[in-house]
Amino acid sequence: MKPVAKDFIPASRIALADDHLRKAIFAGAMRPYLQAAERWAETSGRERLRTQAREARVRALRKLPELLERLEKNLLSRGAKVLWAADAEEANRLIAQECVARDARLVVKGKSMVTEETGLNQHLERAGMEVVESDLGEFIIQLAGETPSHIIAPVLHKSKDAIAKLFSERLGLPLTDDPAEMMRAARSYLREKFLRADVGISGVNLAVAETGGLVLVTNEGNGRMVTTLPRTHIAVMGLERVVESWKDLASIVQLLPRVATGQSVSTYVSIIHGPRQQGEPDGPEELVLVIVDNGRSAILNSDYAESLLCIRCGACLNACPVYRRVGGHAYGWVYPGPIGSVISPLLLGLAEAPDLPMASSLCGACRDACPVKIDLPEMLVRLRAEPPMRRKGGRMMSLGMKMWRYVMLHPSVYRWGLAATRFLTRPWHGEDGSLRGLPGPASAWLESRDLPAPAPRSFRALYRGPER
Amino acid sequence: MPEKPVAIFATCLVDSLYPDIGMGMVRVLDRLGIPHTLPPAQTCCGQPAFNAGFRDDARAVGRAFVRAFRDCEAIVAPSGSCVAYVRSHLPHLLDGTPEHGEALGLAERTWEFSEYVVDVLHKPDLGARLESPLRVALHNGCHAMRFGGIERQPRILLENVRGLTLADFERSEECCGLGGLFSVKMPQISTAMMEDKIAALLASGVDVVLTGDAGCLMHLNGGLARAGHSLRVRHYAELLGEAL
Ligand code: SF4
Repeated sequence: MKPVAKDFIPASRIALADDHLRKAIFAGAMRPYLQAAERWAETSGRERLRTQAREARVRALRKLPELLERLEKNLLSRGAKVLWAADAEEANRLIAQECVARDARLVVKGKSMVTEETGLNQHLERAGMEVVESDLGEFIIQLAGETPSHIIAPVLHKSKDAIAKLFSERLGLPLTDDPAEMMRAARSYLREKFLRADVGISGVNLAVAETGGLVLVTNEGNGRMVTTLPRTHIAVMGLERVVESWKDLASIVQLLPRVATGQSVSTYVSIIHGPRQQGEPDGPEELVLVIVDNGRSAILNSDYAESLLCIRCGACLNACPVYRRVGGHAYGWVYPGPIGSVISPLLLGLAEAPDLPMASSLCGACRDACPVKIDLPEMLVRLRAEPPMRRKGGRMMSLGMKMWRYVMLHPSVYRWGLAATRFLTRPWHGEDGSLRGLPGPASAWLESRDLPAPAPRSFRALYRGPER
Repeated sequence: MPEKPVAIFATCLVDSLYPDIGMGMVRVLDRLGIPHTLPPAQTCCGQPAFNAGFRDDARAVGRAFVRAFRDCEAIVAPSGSCVAYVRSHLPHLLDGTPEHGEALGLAERTWEFSEYVVDVLHKPDLGARLESPLRVALHNGCHAMRFGGIERQPRILLENVRGLTLADFERSEECCGLGGLFSVKMPQISTAMMEDKIAALLASGVDVVLTGDAGCLMHLNGGLARAGHSLRVRHYAELLGEAL
């Protein structure tokens, strides 16, 4: 997926200007948010669970090289192949090579964010393969030629009517507003693909190092098809998606459906320990795990390592008042919402996503929602302090801050400055004591909001000490 | 009862734009017989610069803030946002400066107004009374609520005001869209958030909206006035001061 994260501000206006889209996005984010809140309220020991999950992730990052090695060793011992990709390009190349070596024509895919990140589909298609997404949401997105707008609910921005229309145009289904019927149509279309596919490519929610297990948490069952029906299964994971033990995994697997969709359990949890072993009746003949770095180890060694704790649950998106209004596409890349505003600049480079760290009122709703307690606002503020961001803010901004600093460091100048501001803005004072039509930096505010003029007498001028 | 007078940190917004909020707070303290002072060297805690990513400027102003209040036993401010900043961010920011230790101490002695009255002075009921009944919506500022843990205290104070009824409104925990620099860097998104908040407040049919932060107040009143609505947001310190 080609990043256009540079254009957040213009892109955000698309949803703001489109009533239907805006309503769909708002409802789509609120629904899981409210359901998650309900589930959360009835979960016993929830804060303990959250702490355990966080600790599990923190421990994993601390021991990352060791855990990845153990994972690799365990998988190799059962006949899987493990490949390491330093960046997106290498990941795509390695995966394509594996496919070509097996003469693959048709590839079915399960949901995978990291392959969205590397743009794998386009890469395989360019190499002449047919690639079919099998997660219903991703399938719809693929039919429509769009990109996902949410990490859990890729079609959050699309209305049921739009999907019906798409299905009738692309799959020849008679127009229907019955979701079950649309699902059936997608299912029978996909079933045929599953049976013919040469390779199945899936993501990995988390891998468990102690035994070398790949864990997939899904709701539709397509994950099982992708990983068992084709002769070859290629699993792709970001290198941070590992935990040490099954105990660690347990706390996360309990949390994930609760905060992501508001379910107490997800429909399927698949655990894969390798290709089909001797004497086993089913499963793929071959398993290839591709572990992708693509900027992650650099993040691990930076002030932003905490962002790698993320389990991609999407809760911070649903909780975010900005996401709720502009939707995922405005963020211009795979990861939208607060977590996207943190990791897109880190993965793409700060200059590629200069506005994202500012796309937050720092209200903290994401921090409260995050099951592993990532301090997203803290990281957004930290990113704002990075030099490329500051340049983007412009020289005027820095100059303004220097002036502000000078004034705030000198109480007498501050007092005098207040009186001077009141005097100088007098031409713009309205009858009700508000400023109107003031030029300069205030104009962005004044477009939709009044601004009070400085009070005739400041608090410090009015203050007389305690009443006697 | 505190021995030394409690130090008022007016905050820059209240000092310059909304002095009546500060006076309301002073009135409440006077009625409770709490001596107070206004340390003259104070200006701002530095939060605006910090949130905008200008850490050096925030650090300089934060150090001056610490020096201005270093001798104070307790500090009270009519803003949960500033208090949350002084508590959770400032000490960290001043790490490595001579004021770091003092900042850590200050973080523990700084209180938001309603928090100070309820949790420190243990005066949940001020004996306040309104002349005519008032239906009120309480808008909690995000920083106060999520970073300062201030949510229960203003509610307690208001529930004990005779003649005042608190009303619920839709999605009361959602941000009003201010967010400092965000409001001018992304005015359309900020405004969309504000408009939804205003619509929810109007729909609740309250007579007045109360909040504990001058920032939210400025934002919402700016939007209400611009759209021609008569509903207004007030700071609860001001209302409590009047109702005593
Ligand atoms: S940052 Fe937290 S809330 Fe957001 S997707 Fe990641 S784990 Fe979920």
